[in-house]
Amino acid sequence: MNSGLVSTSHLVLGLLARGERHGYDLKREHDLRFPSARPLAYGQIYATLERMQRQGLVDAVSRERVDGPDRTTFRMTRQGRKELTTWLAEVETPAPFVTNLFATKVTLALLTGDEGAAADYLRRQRQAHLARMRDYTRVKTDPESSLSQVLAADYALSHLDADLRWMETALDRVTGLTEEMP
Amino acid sequence: MTVAAALRADSDAEMNRSPLLSARSVVVSYGRTPALRGVTMSVGGGEIVAVTGASGSGKSTLLLCLAGILRPDVGEVRFGDRVISAESEAARSRLRRREFGVLFQFGQLVPELSAVENVALPLLLSGVRRRPATTAALEWLDRFGIADLADSRPPQMSGGQGQRVAVARAMVTEPVVVFADEPTGALDTLAGEQVLAQLVRVTREAGTTVILVTHDTRVAAYADREVVIRDGMLDEVATGSSDRPTS
Ligand SMILES: Nc1ncnc2c1ncn2[C@@H]1O[C@H](COP(=O)(O)OP(=O)(O)OP(=O)(O)O)[C@@H](O)[C@H]1O
Ligand SMILES: [Mg+2]
Repeated sequence: MNSGLVSTSHLVLGLLARGERHGYDLKREHDLRFPSARPLAYGQIYATLERMQRQGLVDAVSRERVDGPDRTTFRMTRQGRKELTTWLAEVETPAPFVTNLFATKVTLALLTGDEGAAADYLRRQRQAHLARMRDYTRVKTDPESSLSQVLAADYALSHLDADLRWMETALDRVTGLTEEMP
Repeated sequence: MTVAAALRADSDAEMNRSPLLSARSVVVSYGRTPALRGVTMSVGGGEIVAVTGASGSGKSTLLLCLAGILRPDVGEVRFGDRVISAESEAARSRLRRREFGVLFQFGQLVPELSAVENVALPLLLSGVRRRPATTAALEWLDRFGIADLADSRPPQMSGGQGQRVAVARAMVTEPVVVFADEPTGALDTLAGEQVLAQLVRVTREAGTTVILVTHDTRVAAYADREVVIRDGMLDEVATGSSDRPTS
C-alpha cells in the first residue's frame, strides 16, 4: 500500500486533524499549504470524503444549505485518527527506481556516437537546473514565505542539487570518454 | 520595486556600456602549474555572481585576480576605468581598503579582539577614529542580529556567529564589491544558509556587487547568475550566453 504517493484520503485526514471542515475548506487549505502540488479537484475531494465515510474514517457532522448546493462539514473519527497516526509514523520506501530522463538522454546521445552533444546537453541542462534552484532559493529567502513553502523549497533544492551532482560526474565521464579516443 | 532593485536595474543598463569589474584573457601559473588559462568575464554593478567549478579549477585564483590581490601573468583586470592589474601593490592595496570587502572561509577574525573590535578594524586601518568606527561596527552587528556578541571574542563564538561577524566586517566599510571565497564552506547547512541569506539581503539593499566563489550549487543559487570555471577556463556553455565578453 506504500506507493510513495500521498493518497487523497491521507491528505484529507491530515487536514481534518485540526478540526472539522467542509470540502471547500479542505481544498483551499490543501492548495495553500502545498502550492507546488497539483490543486485538488472538488469532485475528487467529495468522492474521497464519501468513501472515507463508508470506511468509518470520517463523520458528517452538519449539513447547511447556503442558497445552492449542500455544504457538509466533516470530522475525523477515532478510527480516522488512528489511521493518520499510523501513516505518519510509517517509514516510506526510498524510491528504488527513479525515472531518469537525463541519464536516458545522455545514454542515447552516447549510443548515437555524439559525445559532444551529450556534454553540451549536460551543460545546458545544468543551467536550467540552476535557474530553477534560484527560483526556489528566492521563495526560501522571501520573508513572506510560510514554513511549509520553505520546507517544500528545501526539498526541491536538495533534489535539484542531487541531479546537478550527477550531471557533474556524468560530464566528467563523458568528456573523459572523448579524451580517451585517439 | 525596491530602491535597491531600481538601482540594480539602472546598473544593469549601465553594464551594457561598461562593466564594473572585468577580466580579460587572464592567465596565471603557480610555477609550472597553470591555474587560469585565459579567462574573460565581466560583472556589472550590483550583480551577485557565483563562480563555481570543481576543486582545483581555478576559482580562488580568479577571485584573487579580480580583487587585485594577485597580478595575472598575462591579461588584464579592470575595475571601472582603472586597469588594476597594471597598478602597483600600494595602489591596489589602497583600492582594496577603500572599495573592496573580503570574506574567506577560515581564520579571518583576530582571536585576541572582541567582535566589535574585529568589525571596526577595517575602518581603523583606513584612518577612521575609534569612536565613529565602533559606532559603525555596532550598527553592523545589530543588522546581523548579533549585537549581543559585541564583547565576545572569536574563540567563544560558534562557527555561524563568527561567520556573521566576518560578514559584518566585510560590509563595515560599505564596499563597492564584496569578494567571498566559500564563505559558508565550514558551516552546516542551516547556519550557512542564514549567513548567506543575510549577506545577500544586505548587499542587495546596499546595491553592493558580490563575487561568490563556491563549489556548492545550493550556495550558487543565491546569486543572480553563475560563471563556471573548468580547468582554468570559462565553461561558456555551462555559463550561458549572458556572460559574453565585453570589449
Ligand atoms: N599558492 C599556490 N601554489 C601552487 N599552486 C597553487 C597555489 N594555489 C593554487 N594552486 C594550484 O592552482 C590550481 C587552481 O587552484 P585554485 O585554488 O584557484 O582552485 P579552486 O577552484 O579554488 O579549488 P578549491 O575548490 O579546491 O578551492 C590548482 O591546480 C592548485 O593546485
Ligand atoms: Mg578555492
